[in-house]
Amino acid sequence: MHQQKFEFLEPDVKRLFKTYLEKPELAGLILLLLLIVVFQIRSHGVFLNQDNLRGILGILPEAGLVAIGVTILMISGEFDLSVGSVFALMPMTMAVLMVHGAPFPLALLAGLLVSAAIGFINGYITIRFAIPSFITTLGMLFMARSLTVVVSGGFPPLLPADLPNWLFTSFVGPGNMFRMSFLWFAGIALLTSLMLSRTNFGNWIKATGGFPPAAAAMGIPTARVKIICFMLCSMLSGFAGMLQVLRLGSPLPSIGEGMELQAVASAVIGGASLAGGIGTVMGGIIGTTLIRVIDNGLVLSHVDANWFKFAIGFLTIFAVVANAWMRKRAKAIKMEG
Amino acid sequence: MADAIISVHNLHKWYSGVHALKGVTLDFTRGEALGLVGDNGAGKSTLINILSGVHTADQGEIKVEGRTVRIAKPRDAMDLGIETIYQYNSMVPTMSIARNLFIGREPTRFSVLGVGLLDQKKMASESIRAIANVDLHLRSPDALVGELSGGQRQGVAIARAMHFKSKVMILDEPTNHLSVKETRKVIGFVRGLKEQGITGVFISHNMHHVFECCDRVVAMARGEIVLDKRVTETSIDEVHSVL
Repeated sequence: MHQQKFEFLEPDVKRLFKTYLEKPELAGLILLLLLIVVFQIRSHGVFLNQDNLRGILGILPEAGLVAIGVTILMISGEFDLSVGSVFALMPMTMAVLMVHGAPFPLALLAGLLVSAAIGFINGYITIRFAIPSFITTLGMLFMARSLTVVVSGGFPPLLPADLPNWLFTSFVGPGNMFRMSFLWFAGIALLTSLMLSRTNFGNWIKATGGFPPAAAAMGIPTARVKIICFMLCSMLSGFAGMLQVLRLGSPLPSIGEGMELQAVASAVIGGASLAGGIGTVMGGIIGTTLIRVIDNGLVLSHVDANWFKFAIGFLTIFAVVANAWMRKRAKAIKMEG
Repeated sequence: MADAIISVHNLHKWYSGVHALKGVTLDFTRGEALGLVGDNGAGKSTLINILSGVHTADQGEIKVEGRTVRIAKPRDAMDLGIETIYQYNSMVPTMSIARNLFIGREPTRFSVLGVGLLDQKKMASESIRAIANVDLHLRSPDALVGELSGGQRQGVAIARAMHFKSKVMILDEPTNHLSVKETRKVIGFVRGLKEQGITGVFISHNMHHVFECCDRVVAMARGEIVLDKRVTETSIDEVHSVL
């Protein structure tokens, strides 16, 4: 019945649906460009001026890196709610070690190892006991946050003065437009995007999330693929947390609260499917940028900033409903010759 | 037997106390299309899962081309030239035909520790050829498998098995939920295997389909083989009577 309904559709419309299936982040990108225009007009040109862009680009890498990890994990068919807590625990681990005399590189390594270990535990427990990762990582959200407060001893430790800020937070580029963190973000985005779309491992991630029985039947080690995605997600979140702490200059145990949900919203707004198999790194980044743009644009447009969360919530539901609808319609059209 | 491509001897399998396979001994003759029939729970899926590496036997021996082998995981079976096409789960609907053809065996331009850049040109050209070889007419290897009909998906799965030069192709209920026209096509595929020198194992509930495209029929019931005859020497009624 559905097919008949679409017989009158022009080939152009069919192509649009097909493009959507191949580029799920497209709708988010169009919305992003639209909002930029609206905010630019509403803020009387303040939105795209250098100072404001500097502000947005300075904090984008932190949420963006978390969203990249969550998006890749979601494509593999799993979910991580503990990213916000790892975001705080990783830099706290580093700060405590540095207070005890560890040099920065060693502390960085230890922090990344702690993040990777949490990712491994998330993945191992989820797979070993066949429970939803929603539950495993919800538990880890509380545990990692608790650990953060415990290792800090209740007081944020004082960071040493000789941190390599030049490598992570200093402003660089024409007109000091970017922080170094943006270059890290761009580099990691490029690498992870290539990994997902151009390597055999990326193919395994998509197959694992797209239809696990088929992936397993074709000899893909689906458990290992998922655990690696969990670890990657945790490490990116920890690294992002470190960037924020270096920017703020103090390891607060409360940073990253609520970040897990914004990261999920970013991934979903960027076209990733909660069911796995569909999504792109670029989509996660577009979703994050959209959230940051709305946050910033509402303030500049003199709209009550308390509408921010409303807008994000609405956008998330809207994105999922629109995605589901598009997918159903697109599937109803058979495109083979 | 000299011409047996796979021989299984005294295979046993227990699933938490249930004796699913009770000492099955069977030779799969090279170049033959063998129909495996039986009711649900008769043990045919268990036997196939062991041969394709999804499960391992608790007891017994498997020989492939005369050599005793251990099939511990799907990849082992594939490396031995045994390809299994499942009713539902051999394709990822959210991925393109070209990507599906090479899942787990992607050609890479270079790789470090098994991870490498995909050779997309090779994937595209080889998948076009593989699809054409099974007489399937699809517009593009970039079409998503989710857009294909059930019969076309089976066709792509068969093209994949052919492409990787499988010696034995196991088709698990390939005609289920297919339209009459598509069923004809799949049966045609199975018949065509012999010309390509491929041994076929065709599992089906539908006795007519088995008799139409197989040389030999093996019936299983309660974990044992209860009948093993050439289709010319038996009848649908006889097979039904032993099940």
